[in-house]
Amino acid sequence: MPPSAVVLFEDVGYRVGGRAVLGNLNLSIARGRVTAIMGPSGTGKTTLLRLLTGQIQPTEGQVTVDGRNLGQLDRDGLYALRRNMGMLFQNGALLTDLSVYENVAFPLREHTDLPEALIRRIVLMKLESVGLRGAAGLMPAELSGGMARRVALARAIVMDPQILIYDEPFAGLDPIALGMVLKLIRELNQTLGITSIVVSHDVHVIEQLADDAVLLSGGGIAAVGSPADLARNPDPAVRQFMSGSAEGPVPFHYPAADIKADLLGGAP
Amino acid sequence: MTFAGPDSVIAKFGRFALFLGRLVGGTPFVLRRPRLWIEQIHMSGALSLVIIMLSGLFVGMVLGLQGYDLLRRFGSTESLGTAAALGLLRELGPVITALLFAGRAGTAITSEIGLMLATDQLAAMEMMAVDPVRRICAPRFLGGVAAMPFLAAIFSTIGIYGSHLVGVTLMGVDAGQFWSQMRGAVEFRDVFEGVVKSFAFGVACSAIAVFEGYHAVPTAEGVGRATTRTVVTSSVAILAIDYMLTAVLL
Repeated sequence: MPPSAVVLFEDVGYRVGGRAVLGNLNLSIARGRVTAIMGPSGTGKTTLLRLLTGQIQPTEGQVTVDGRNLGQLDRDGLYALRRNMGMLFQNGALLTDLSVYENVAFPLREHTDLPEALIRRIVLMKLESVGLRGAAGLMPAELSGGMARRVALARAIVMDPQILIYDEPFAGLDPIALGMVLKLIRELNQTLGITSIVVSHDVHVIEQLADDAVLLSGGGIAAVGSPADLARNPDPAVRQFMSGSAEGPVPFHYPAADIKADLLGGAP
Repeated sequence: MTFAGPDSVIAKFGRFALFLGRLVGGTPFVLRRPRLWIEQIHMSGALSLVIIMLSGLFVGMVLGLQGYDLLRRFGSTESLGTAAALGLLRELGPVITALLFAGRAGTAITSEIGLMLATDQLAAMEMMAVDPVRRICAPRFLGGVAAMPFLAAIFSTIGIYGSHLVGVTLMGVDAGQFWSQMRGAVEFRDVFEGVVKSFAFGVACSAIAVFEGYHAVPTAEGVGRATTRTVVTSSVAILAIDYMLTAVLL
């Protein structure tokens, strides 16, 4: 493993029922940087995240995180590794029977014996950093989608992880919240040296945020480099994604019969 | 609807046994956090009290009527107390309580865990290095196991009073005979049989409810189907276990 790589994928493949979702993937993610994973829908981004966190095991190759091969870890080993990881789920995945405050306090209560006064201080500081200290007493059902995501972010950073994984953190955020989350990811990365892995479709936001970018296409890597490199990449598939065009080698339409035959041909 | 072949049924039994092992393995964790356990005893036990007590009363009253009618033909209506008590303590109390428990508490457990699965809450816990089987499933399992014998005992007690209400108050069986015959005939092993059964039903119903929720297909339809499976599987399991335990304990 190169000294600066915190995550390493070596010849990784993942198949479900004979169909390859990811194949022959080689990737290293550098420590202390913001790495974006981009790609059209259905190219295996979420699968890549699940492999990276050990939620699923690759059918070929191996995934190494922080020097440990995920395939060789038992449940306890995986949990020990995950204490250094935080993950922000697309929908927040807050525990619906706990208040905002208790959601953020949850990892502290499960993993530490800190006194209540200290837990309270940590939780309120984390909530303050996402602008939701005032919402501490609310229940998840009372939050908007964007607010729930920010609470989930506070929860993801409450244990001060070394690696933070964001699954589509910008989807559905208003411009103010988006700017704030963007700034927060940057700050966490710069002040605490947290390695950030961001899965996103949003080319413009990634250009502002990421140090490195990986573009997935068809279950493999189409391009790797800085966002600026990707923007200059001559490959038509990369150009199509970066410019957001329906025309190009990546089909916008799911494979289908000729539309004329379909519309005039009667019942399928 | 796909037909589940014998191999997949056996595989499911295997998965269930492994899962039960993980649930039991979570016991020390739950005992260290009694609050989690007590909350679930409240959810499964205390909140089922009304339905258990009402059902117990009516079942006891029916036993009073039927028992009176049957015993009258042999001229031994004073044995009504014994008949009602033995029927309730050994069979009806544990079995009906467990069936009601599967419908009331089992479905609640399955749908709650299934929805947590569908909304990524269990995956989020995994990512926070918290084992959802220990943190979510084991307390619900142990809560059900602890609640069931008490619910069955309450059911039987109220049922005996129900049969007293009909037999003695309405039909005029002698109250002294009703109680003294019961005292004379009901032995410790009758009570013991009921307790063993309700404990076994508690383990089966709670484990099935938790298992089905945890392995639900994470969609609205999938959680609905899992909830149905909880009731169906639990009911069949209760009756099958009841036969086996009766055969062993008699």
